[in-house]
Amino acid sequence: MAKAFQKIYTNITSITKATCSLKAEGVGNDELAMVNGKLAQVVKIMGDDVTLQVFEGTEGIPTNAEVVFLGKSPSLKVSDQLAGRFFNAYGDPIDGGPEVEGTEVEIGGPSVNPVRRKQPSELIATGIAGIDLNNTLVSGQKIPFFADPDQPYNQVMANVALRAKADKIILGAMGMTNDDYLYFKNVFQNAGVLDRIVSFVNTTENPPVERLLIPDMALCAAEYFAVQKHEQVLVLLTDMTLYADALSIVSNRMDQIPSKDSMPGSLYSDLAKIYEKAVQFPEEAGGGSITIIAVTTLSGGDITHAIPDNTGYITEGQLYLRRDSDIGKVIVDPFRSLSRLKQLVAGKKTREDHPQVMNAAVRLYADAANAKTKKENGFDLTNYDERCLAFAKDYSREILAIDVNINTTEMLDVAWKLFAKYFKPEEVNIKQAIVDKYWVK
Amino acid sequence: MTTGKVKGIISNLVTVAVDGPVSQNEICYITIGNTKLMAEVIKVIGDNVYAQVFESTRGLKVGNLVEFTGHMLEVTLGPGLLSRNYDGLQNDLDKLHGVFLQRGEYNYPLDEEKLWHFKPIAKVGDKVDAAAWLGEVDENHQPHKIMVPFTFNGIYTVKSLAAEGDYTIHQVMAVLTDAEGVDHEVTMVQKWPVKKAVLAYKEKPRPFKLLETGVRTIDTANPLCEGGTGFIPGPFGTGKTVLQHAISKQAEADIVIIAACGERANEVVETFTEFPELEDPHTGRKLMERTIIIANTSNMPVASREASVYTSMAIAEYYRSMGLRVLLMADSTSRWAQALREMSNRLEELPGQDAFPMDLSAIIGAFYARAGYVYLNNGATGSVTFLGTVSPAGGNLKEPVTEGTKKVARCFYALEQARADRKRYPAVNPIDSYSKYIEYPEFEEYISKRINAGWTQKVNDMKTLLQRGKEIQEQINILGDDGVPVDYHETFWKSEVIDFVILQQDAFDKIDSVCPLERQEYMLNIVMDDICSHDYDFDNFVEVSEYFKKVINLCKQMNYSEFHSADFENYKQQLDVLLSEKQIKA
Repeated sequence: MAKAFQKIYTNITSITKATCSLKAEGVGNDELAMVNGKLAQVVKIMGDDVTLQVFEGTEGIPTNAEVVFLGKSPSLKVSDQLAGRFFNAYGDPIDGGPEVEGTEVEIGGPSVNPVRRKQPSELIATGIAGIDLNNTLVSGQKIPFFADPDQPYNQVMANVALRAKADKIILGAMGMTNDDYLYFKNVFQNAGVLDRIVSFVNTTENPPVERLLIPDMALCAAEYFAVQKHEQVLVLLTDMTLYADALSIVSNRMDQIPSKDSMPGSLYSDLAKIYEKAVQFPEEAGGGSITIIAVTTLSGGDITHAIPDNTGYITEGQLYLRRDSDIGKVIVDPFRSLSRLKQLVAGKKTREDHPQVMNAAVRLYADAANAKTKKENGFDLTNYDERCLAFAKDYSREILAIDVNINTTEMLDVAWKLFAKYFKPEEVNIKQAIVDKYWVK
Repeated sequence: MTTGKVKGIISNLVTVAVDGPVSQNEICYITIGNTKLMAEVIKVIGDNVYAQVFESTRGLKVGNLVEFTGHMLEVTLGPGLLSRNYDGLQNDLDKLHGVFLQRGEYNYPLDEEKLWHFKPIAKVGDKVDAAAWLGEVDENHQPHKIMVPFTFNGIYTVKSLAAEGDYTIHQVMAVLTDAEGVDHEVTMVQKWPVKKAVLAYKEKPRPFKLLETGVRTIDTANPLCEGGTGFIPGPFGTGKTVLQHAISKQAEADIVIIAACGERANEVVETFTEFPELEDPHTGRKLMERTIIIANTSNMPVASREASVYTSMAIAEYYRSMGLRVLLMADSTSRWAQALREMSNRLEELPGQDAFPMDLSAIIGAFYARAGYVYLNNGATGSVTFLGTVSPAGGNLKEPVTEGTKKVARCFYALEQARADRKRYPAVNPIDSYSKYIEYPEFEEYISKRINAGWTQKVNDMKTLLQRGKEIQEQINILGDDGVPVDYHETFWKSEVIDFVILQQDAFDKIDSVCPLERQEYMLNIVMDDICSHDYDFDNFVEVSEYFKKVINLCKQMNYSEFHSADFENYKQQLDVLLSEKQIKA
């Protein structure tokens, strides 16, 4: 690995679980190094004391280990050859294919000038009503699933990825189980879409600190396709909670003072740097876009924990999954989920009745939830309550269930059909002009 | 000038060995390849100077050259600031090249070529001091004063003054002679260290003058004063942005400065996209003409995020010194506090609560203290009104930033999730929110003259009724509708009338979105005198709700109609008839 002109250091002065230090000169901040064949990165320089974060962990590193500095920060070779390939956190192929040739770009590059951005305005259809109908996604948006670890978020995300009409899908997998990794690989292969997918994978079998490279790798590839190729790129990041955990491991090893929930004080900035890579470029800049759909797993549904809390302030909404016991299927929870950008497209890029139908259906679904509570408490139900309950069941089964795959116009038509089946026009609280036009007689 | 060499690097904190004197908060530039990175001294220990770099430190090496500038972080002040989009260090974002922000690319914030039409105010021989007005130019229809630089100490004599005519910002407008007989040239531009408050005014009284915003839940219920301070906690999705836009659009301010501090880029883009379209209801011109946006989004360097709120405040103080009314809105001060926390953490300071620096509340206090209504040395008045938002972690208001803010901000507008969920906009909780100004005798005196003597009493009665309504609602929830007497229902519905007619306001309706003060007075009189102070004759609680729903509907229709128009008077007449049907005559 070492080249002729490179200086080899063999004088490691201290080793912790994730870092090691040595005396070295002429080293740049963030620079990569090889420590006994393991990749490491400079995280602290004080005089000639250099501290390296060893991605694989420091197990077995001797004090006389050979250390070679590579003179560059973590980087990725970008070109069209990335498409269809699987890489590890360092950007090395893990699918047995050849090395990628292309321009070498440092990952974690600069931010987009806010005045060069465009307001997101293109709809991303997923075929899932809990998203398209109730929480429409927009290109250039960043939104996470807040999910419990036992929920099928990876399956939902794979579905979203396949149905969304994106030119490229970039998967950044952090701490993913090998089973889920193989699942993604299978799904992509079977769907015959491998040519528009790029994957960067760190599984639970890989060292945790390596995960820190995954989002930047994935977004570096995404920027290549969005900026150079003007493509619509969808980035999937799962699971960001494990990413944040890796951040806290490193800051802990570096004796940094932890802030809330033992997370590093810079958690907000660290997460923002990743999520804010989501962008819609204006026509003058090629019109490409990067949309980020992430997963943040919760512990015991607690959204006040530092990770989901900081995430919520950065992302443009959040999606929750829930098992609906009435129909025995998973739905996207219509109450707690929110897409903050939906009003940019709902009723504008979709049919005019979309916002009203969406609100009316959710309101009736809420009435059903109240009726259910009433019933459980032993009160009598009114005729309206009964009709709400029946409506909610149909609404869940025919629209909300994540295995339903229909377009937004069909979703609206089904909603109108259900309105007419259970309610009178004055009970749905929709503007008269729209009722006159769409009510199913 | 002092120079130095990089000695150590941790993230954006750089240790520098220096060859001469440096001062705390001095700005320095670190050379890396062909670029120079701006940094600020934040700690000195022995020969080690700690500087926080406003950019990424990737690739920085021990031994890199550091040049000190001898001054603190400064803002450049002069005509041409209005309608610009700056970053936290006052770089003009529109002038930067390329789609991505390049490290080490800085630019001049003003237009150096543009000619401004200068009209002298002072005369040769006048005795002047810092911030005295020498002349003025017209900047987007605002009288932009050319002043004696704030940094000038003592009394100067005007030796010469440019004649009326067109000049660029760097031309000499005046020559001033100091007490020692030394001449100083003054141009249209001056610099000021952002972290220092501009104190070139005579006195700063307690704010007393209502800052009319046209938003009823603010003006009527919890008024904000010119030169006052307030804060808004913004849980996600409670209509914070809509409220801020309404305030910045309608408030009686000459200049609006928006500091987007560590927030989402797409939200800033929304402001960039919408503000140029919005019309100023006072002048009919574009709102952007009197607006400055300081955008330092969450992914931009954290140290310049910290600087951005100070940059905005220094610009606000500059315009205040011209005798203008400035409204400064910072979104969000929590992100600013987090930037302080990150730096304190890097400096390995012992942490306070939630790992924030120990002096957080002092820093917040000192910042809010820069707002205010002032009498300038020439007798004119100016003001900086400051409204900050906080983003409390997990929606918990008992965290250091919110608590530190609560101690210093005089108004609190509690945006509430539950109200937003019920579509009661603006979702400001009327009971948790407060305005301390309403208790000021100065305000009482002012508002008695502006509206009438009984105003504050009426507002207090309104709040009491709201509180009572809330208590009854809780009782009804427990005991059931028929578990409480009918007159409880009556009181509850009176509080609902206040909520629907006074507190709720349709920000998207052309007429209802802006409610002038005289109209607010008229409606409050109807609600409090004509409706709520009477007893009604009801047999059962169903009748109560049906009746008051009709009352609410008529009042809402009035809110939607042009003030005193035929429609408006017609609804008023219907309301009078409806009221006389059920009211018990005294």
